[in-house]
Amino acid sequence: MTKMIDFQTNPSKYRHWKVQYDGPIANLYMDVDENCGLFDGYQLKLNSYDLGVDIELSDIVQRMRFEHPEVKVVVMRSAKEKVFCAGANIRMLGGATHAHKVNFCKFTNETRNTFEAAEEDSGQKYIAAVKGSCAGGGYELALACNYIMLTDDSSSSVALPEVPLLAVLPGTGGLTRVTDKRKVRRDRADVFCAMEEGVRGKRAAEWKLVDEVVPNSKFDATVAERAAEFAAASQRLDGLKGIALTPLKREITDNAVTYSTVEIELDRAGRKATITINGPDAGAPADMDTFTTEGAEAWMLRAARELDDAILHLRLNEMELGLWVIRTQGDPETVLAHEKLLLDNQDHWLANEVLQLWKRVLKRVDVTSRSLVALVEHGSCFAGVLAELLFAVDRSYMMEDEFEGDNRPMATLTLANSNFGQYPMGNDLTRLQTRFWGDEASVEAAQEHIGEALEAEEADELGLVTYILDDIDWEDEIRIFMEERASFSPDAMTGMEANLRFAGPETMETRIFGRLTAWQNWIFQRPNAVGAEGALQRYGTGVRGDFNMERV
Amino acid sequence: MLDLINVSYDTQIPNNVGLSSDKKVLKALEKWHPGYIDWWNQLIPNRYQQSEVYLRTAVSVDPKGWAKFDYVKMPEYRWGVLLAPQVEGRTIPCGEHAGEPAWQDVPGEYRNLMKRLIVIQGDTEPASVEQQKALALTAPSLYDMRNLFQVNVEEGRHLWAMVYLLHKYFGRDGREEADDLLRRQSGSEEAPRMLGAFNEETPDWLSFFMFTYFTDRDGKMQLESLAQSGFDPLSRTCRFMLTEEAHHMFVGETGVGRTIQRTCEVMKENGIEDPFDVDRIRGLGVIDLPLIQKKLNLHYTLSLDLFGQEVSTNAANAFNAGIKGRYQENRLTDDHQLQNDTYKVWDIVDGKIVQHDVPALTAINMRLRDDYTKDAAGGVGRWNKIIEKMGIDFELKLPHEAFHRKIGVFADKLIDPDGKFISGAEYDKGMVEWLPSHADGDYIQSLMKPEYEPGKYARWIAPPKVGIDNKPGDFEYVKLAMA
Ligand SMILES: [Fe+2]
Ligand SMILES: [Fe+2]
Repeated sequence: MTKMIDFQTNPSKYRHWKVQYDGPIANLYMDVDENCGLFDGYQLKLNSYDLGVDIELSDIVQRMRFEHPEVKVVVMRSAKEKVFCAGANIRMLGGATHAHKVNFCKFTNETRNTFEAAEEDSGQKYIAAVKGSCAGGGYELALACNYIMLTDDSSSSVALPEVPLLAVLPGTGGLTRVTDKRKVRRDRADVFCAMEEGVRGKRAAEWKLVDEVVPNSKFDATVAERAAEFAAASQRLDGLKGIALTPLKREITDNAVTYSTVEIELDRAGRKATITINGPDAGAPADMDTFTTEGAEAWMLRAARELDDAILHLRLNEMELGLWVIRTQGDPETVLAHEKLLLDNQDHWLANEVLQLWKRVLKRVDVTSRSLVALVEHGSCFAGVLAELLFAVDRSYMMEDEFEGDNRPMATLTLANSNFGQYPMGNDLTRLQTRFWGDEASVEAAQEHIGEALEAEEADELGLVTYILDDIDWEDEIRIFMEERASFSPDAMTGMEANLRFAGPETMETRIFGRLTAWQNWIFQRPNAVGAEGALQRYGTGVRGDFNMERV
Repeated sequence: MLDLINVSYDTQIPNNVGLSSDKKVLKALEKWHPGYIDWWNQLIPNRYQQSEVYLRTAVSVDPKGWAKFDYVKMPEYRWGVLLAPQVEGRTIPCGEHAGEPAWQDVPGEYRNLMKRLIVIQGDTEPASVEQQKALALTAPSLYDMRNLFQVNVEEGRHLWAMVYLLHKYFGRDGREEADDLLRRQSGSEEAPRMLGAFNEETPDWLSFFMFTYFTDRDGKMQLESLAQSGFDPLSRTCRFMLTEEAHHMFVGETGVGRTIQRTCEVMKENGIEDPFDVDRIRGLGVIDLPLIQKKLNLHYTLSLDLFGQEVSTNAANAFNAGIKGRYQENRLTDDHQLQNDTYKVWDIVDGKIVQHDVPALTAINMRLRDDYTKDAAGGVGRWNKIIEKMGIDFELKLPHEAFHRKIGVFADKLIDPDGKFISGAEYDKGMVEWLPSHADGDYIQSLMKPEYEPGKYARWIAPPKVGIDNKPGDFEYVKLAMA
């Protein structure tokens, strides 16, 4: 798979989804074009999906929030008869590399989380209106909606057939949401996840697999009724006007990807990517009206979108760059001012959306399987939202004192209120709480210094950076660290980092990205699933998987 | 000792499976029974329910004399559970377990797959009765009405056969599925039948004959492949159903044949040579041969769709598991496993219809469809003999498999009955000649007048050569209750 995967799209390019906007209600139709798979070698039959289908969905969800704030309820349904969605395409999975499967699942998980959270974050509620078979990844799509309606035509069903059919897990949140979100009793969940044909009709509601089972002849009417009720009950303001998410400015060359405010330098020999975020070059907009007029050009929004695309681009297209170096350059005060406008206007829909977007982008950083290091150099602007990156990475290095021949402003980092609750991680804790897990005093100590431009020694004392290095040590220490990091086994790094990044309690989200994903990825490596005689490879041939019956 | 040939009547449900000593299943069936009777009573207009119909009832599974004929009111028909006799030492005929002893119980690993196949088969049985529920009102003779009811009660019995298997071998899930077989209704918006073709009403008698010829033949092929199942009770059930099914196809073939016969006779009597002189032919109250060709095109292609995708995972799984064999699997001489074989399937490459080899396992549907086409061609040949004998220059043909398809590689492609790609304009223009139009439907409908006098036949259809059970021409096959 050498073809570049582009995460940027727009409605004029959709092949697989259609959206009808009807005031506060949007009808989202899944209508996968079977001949438009992202790669060759498979057809996307029965509304099955691949990464390309999910990239469109992700774009729709994003635009729903920014371009269509008037929408309060989104009804997700199928435009095909007899099938809601058959889940991830099996032939695609069978033919994909391990790395692609893992990245594909991660992205789809992030997209599910995004529309699932839309209700709480923005008051946009997603209804899954299920007609026809809704299996595997199809039911996982529905599970991530806030309300599931199933028609009672005595054949439509919901199912998680992965285990009996493919010898893999319903790994896009399926196993986890069934118990943690839908609160299906665990023995029933065991029955449900071990059966191929799923559950239909009243029992689906009785087992809490869906919220409502509706007679088939009344289905469309009841869905419309429910959508109208939810819209009426929504706290969201009426008739908001959206802004356009204009195409990102992006230039891709052999060794660099350049956006307006984010730059990536690709060092293939050193297996690292250096991501530099440039702070705003002008002061903050005066008010939210000005910000809204600036729209997608406003620095807070632009930087978030660019960083988001940069992360996805590097994850899927630059798999061998195992170390990401994160830098910033700019004026910390200006960054804080831009962020402050939004923090002060959280009841403004667009301010809220931009802050929520930052929350999601930062979460993407958290679950990225790359070694992450931040360099707090002179002239950097790790302040407020950007300081959050320091607490997301695995290690941070900060310049101490003046460096010869470097006349940039002294390296500092500045905490804001936002570092103490605005951007929670998947474990529902702030990055600082996670960093200082079991040590509330350190969090409180840091809190005392909100708004201060902390230089190296203070930052070190407060435990906010890993190492501070002066002019003499900086270059060598950084180089040695990077060389060492690049030499370790990428697998061990991924495992170690993913474990250390999420201290503290589990949430549904961490269980999905941790427990479920890890088990799934283990299974994805095992011959019982992916071997020449495994279930995934054999799927469709009629010959069953040949299992090694030893329990591991 | 249990008599496995003759039907025992010691329970409410006639059977040769020893129901009286199988309390659990008996109880389940007795619980299901009232729902079934309700379903039947609500279906067919009451007048006919009260009429005495000369029907055959299975009283034995001995191929030499399994049925007896007598007058019966349909709701009192003895629907029974009948399995063909067990074959000593039978083995699984195909797939990875080929050669192992046939299963007498459902193997756990295939339970769901097997249940699904039985439910799909079971769903078609009552569906066709529902599709045909209004036909008695326009029966062209009492002989035909009797045939309709015979087909109907036997489809009802086929439902019983599938429900027995569900009750006996699939526990609670099976009972629920059995209930849902009565819940779904052909053409219902609430809960339609599972396969598309079974949700269309059978609007007239020519459609009924075409249906029993073409669509029941799909049913026959499915039963043939299930009769090759490694699950012995399923195999035995289907083998017995096939003896009944033969009559349904007979009704279809002779029904179309008699229609053709009558048309040719009337043309001759009136000196019409040109079969395409449609207006004159219709003016004489018979169905022109081109219209019969159109009906044939329609029903044949709809039936092809019932075989599913040419390349199918489910079919491959079922074959490899030994749950479903090929047509006459026991007479085929290959290794019955097909792990390294290939089979030719249709495909479209660069706008051309081509055939290429795919792993034979995945082409099980295609193969069954090919067998179906061969089987279906036989009757078409016999119809042509009738036309030829009457000295009329016309030949009925099965259209190319690519024509008018909704499922598989040819779905929704612009292809004519000869299998040629054509333009949209040509297609629109041609469709009027290839498939029945609404006007054609109106015309057929106008002929649908009941003929209830014994020995008399509606003008558009010839009498049969021989009566049912060798009864004379004016035999009163249905003693109609007063309207
Ligand atoms: Fe039947
Ligand atoms: Fe039949």
